[in-house]
Amino acid sequence: MDTQLIKNKELILNDWFWVVPDTSNEEVKKQAGKVVQFKLTGEDFPSDGTLHNVTFPEAEKVIVPLRLYLLKTDEIKKKYKEYGIWIYSHDELDLFNHLKEDINSFPVVGVYVEKFADGRIYSLGNLIRRKLSYKNDLRALGDVFKDQLFYLARSGFDSFLIKEGYDAKKALLGLDDFSYSYQGTLNQMPLWNER
Amino acid sequence: MYKYDHYDRKIVNQRVDQYEDQLNRYFNKELTDEEFRPLRLQNGLYIQRHAPMLRVAIPYGLLSSNQLRTLADIADEFDRGYGHFSTRQNIQYNWPKLEDTPKILRKLADAEMHAIQTSGNCIRNITTDPYAGVTPDEIVDTRYIAEILRQWSTFHPEFALLPRKFKISISGSKHDRALVKTHDIGLELVKEQENLFVNVFVGGGLGRTPVIGQLLKEKLPIEHLLSYCESIIRIYNLYGRRDNMYKARIKILVKALGVESFKKQVEDDWNNGKNSSNHLNDKEINRVKQFFTSPNYETVESIDLEDQFRDDHNFLHWIKRNTREHIKNGYRSVTISLKGKKQTAPGDIQSSEMRVVADLADQYSFGEIRSTHEQNLVLADVKEKDLYDVYSALCENNLGEANIGLITDIICCPGGDFCSLANAKSIPIAKSIDNLFDNYDFLFDIGTISLNISGCMNACGHHHVGNIGILGVDKDGSEWYQITLGGQQGVNATLGKVIGPSFSADEVPAVIKEILNVYVAQRDSEEELFIDCYNRIGLDPFKEAIYKN
Ligand code: HEM
Ligand code: SF4
Repeated sequence: MDTQLIKNKELILNDWFWVVPDTSNEEVKKQAGKVVQFKLTGEDFPSDGTLHNVTFPEAEKVIVPLRLYLLKTDEIKKKYKEYGIWIYSHDELDLFNHLKEDINSFPVVGVYVEKFADGRIYSLGNLIRRKLSYKNDLRALGDVFKDQLFYLARSGFDSFLIKEGYDAKKALLGLDDFSYSYQGTLNQMPLWNER
Repeated sequence: MYKYDHYDRKIVNQRVDQYEDQLNRYFNKELTDEEFRPLRLQNGLYIQRHAPMLRVAIPYGLLSSNQLRTLADIADEFDRGYGHFSTRQNIQYNWPKLEDTPKILRKLADAEMHAIQTSGNCIRNITTDPYAGVTPDEIVDTRYIAEILRQWSTFHPEFALLPRKFKISISGSKHDRALVKTHDIGLELVKEQENLFVNVFVGGGLGRTPVIGQLLKEKLPIEHLLSYCESIIRIYNLYGRRDNMYKARIKILVKALGVESFKKQVEDDWNNGKNSSNHLNDKEINRVKQFFTSPNYETVESIDLEDQFRDDHNFLHWIKRNTREHIKNGYRSVTISLKGKKQTAPGDIQSSEMRVVADLADQYSFGEIRSTHEQNLVLADVKEKDLYDVYSALCENNLGEANIGLITDIICCPGGDFCSLANAKSIPIAKSIDNLFDNYDFLFDIGTISLNISGCMNACGHHHVGNIGILGVDKDGSEWYQITLGGQQGVNATLGKVIGPSFSADEVPAVIKEILNVYVAQRDSEEELFIDCYNRIGLDPFKEAIYKN
């Protein structure tokens, strides 16, 4: 168990096992020269083969990729007391439509960014809250450190798994980088309301 | 102009703290180069050929005299005594030290300025018409809407790390001087029975793939401006390419999806969220608007300058080129050329010259200065009876060049002398063209024309929309220049056409001269502008004349 998880402006013990499929052996598919499937912007997902080979950890609580959950729903439900799901930042929101259950039945939903500079996570946060009306813990996973937290928190995220090797205590301070923000968000009125 | 309250001040100061902490973590190796890069860029800091380059925001080109003095002090204290005005109304310093940057930012913050989002993959400085509020062809003053957009876009949490940079520009006049059709989002303000609406253009841009923006939404009620922009940028943020930086601008996405399909996605999102908290209300619009009311103009008679100064040709030349009509009787707007023979590069200005301009602004123009995307400065509200004094003071300080809109009013990027991406130098080309015109007669005979130079296809000098465009290209490791004709900015924005094989630096001045000769020979009267003549006769006569030898 590590102490890299921030929630409610505190460092807390992370008792969620984050399941990440190992894609290192996957053949990298070259994107076709043309911009045919724009939405994928060239990034691949783990193949079904890779997903089938994921070994489930011995743990009480897990967060698994939504793609894996859809493939192995029964196994996951049977094995774990609690489970959450996560998506890649290049996943489409439509992927959630494949769920039979209400998204609010999951205590945690995560969005994973491979690279810090990938700002899609912020818009996905907005959409998961606004379009999918998700109410529980929305978690940022992956290349996450101090400098994103202020923005992530304002884009609907409420927990942050700080990347290994980065000082999570310092990162916590990032949530207070600014005392005011000009624009409104889903749960905050714009500054002009106060002026 | 807009004045900070304690909220603005706090935000800008906290930004400096945040940046200082980031810089320290970078120095302590807690942040890698790759991680620090987007962070410093969002504070205007590039690492360039010689040193870092710091770009300071001049929101929609508006500056107070004290702010200009602060910029002069920074140039003296932290740079080499000069600054460079850019084509997006900002100012750049070419020689600051990385470790000095927090100090510079603090100094800026004290003067209600910053370098926020002047670079990096985020929403950049909002630009507009430098004559907003004083130009007779104005329909709506854009400045308060620009300020509302500045605040909304500052640290917008969703758009901190877009696929690529994102530029927004607004125009509110019959003539578009803000280049709305070559911006990622271009906004055209219109008015109907005192109600404000916005025509929203999207996907314009220059760079390697020049595209003229397309109309996405006509007559959007002003209260939806922010939420509509949010939906556009959200779709772009999610689906714009991130794998190839040359294909990452919104124009590529709009082209790939087709404007209709792009629009559908935007509208679906917007219909679901248009009543978001950023729905503008009259109270906020009026709160910001009151910062931009007219200054206390005096009631003065208009003066017949032509008659009064009939013997002073130089002054009258300057009046004709460097001043323009004003909404108020007896006033004119003065454009100060930063393209004089003494300037080291187009857009460069010495700290001493900044102070002269600041003093003139205080004395004659309500203490305000504006920067233009043509890299010049404007004193927007000068009384006609003061023009001669202003002109004399400018002349004494090498700022009296009477060439606004003429061929020597060259728009030019820093090019190979400063920029590590350049294929070729651009400043020496500008100088060699400038040297063709050692007397005003030829210059004036040619009349209004634009010449733009970029050192590579990133097009920082907007060469595509110059009547004459010059682009640095690389052929087998040496520097060559490709010339385009017929580009145009404004309501009829057009991209120039390549004239033929490229030229060496030595050949460029002669080629330009030949182009001008063809124009002079072919124009139907002295009134026909270069661009109109070109549109009438086409590329061929120019081509033949140039390549005949
Ligand atoms: C010396 C450092 C500079 C570097 C490294 C640099 C780099 C770039 C790059 C890479 C682009 C292309 C971006 C794209 O197409 O996505 C660009 C565009 C641009 N730059 Fe610069 N630039 C520099 C200086 C300047 C200066 C001094 C100006 C103003 C005089 C300027 C104005 C612009 C403008 C207006 C564009 C946008 C062109 C468009 O509409 O696509 N840049 N710059
Ligand atoms: S156009 Fe090219 S050479 Fe000129 S400043 Fe931009 S990137 Fe550099």
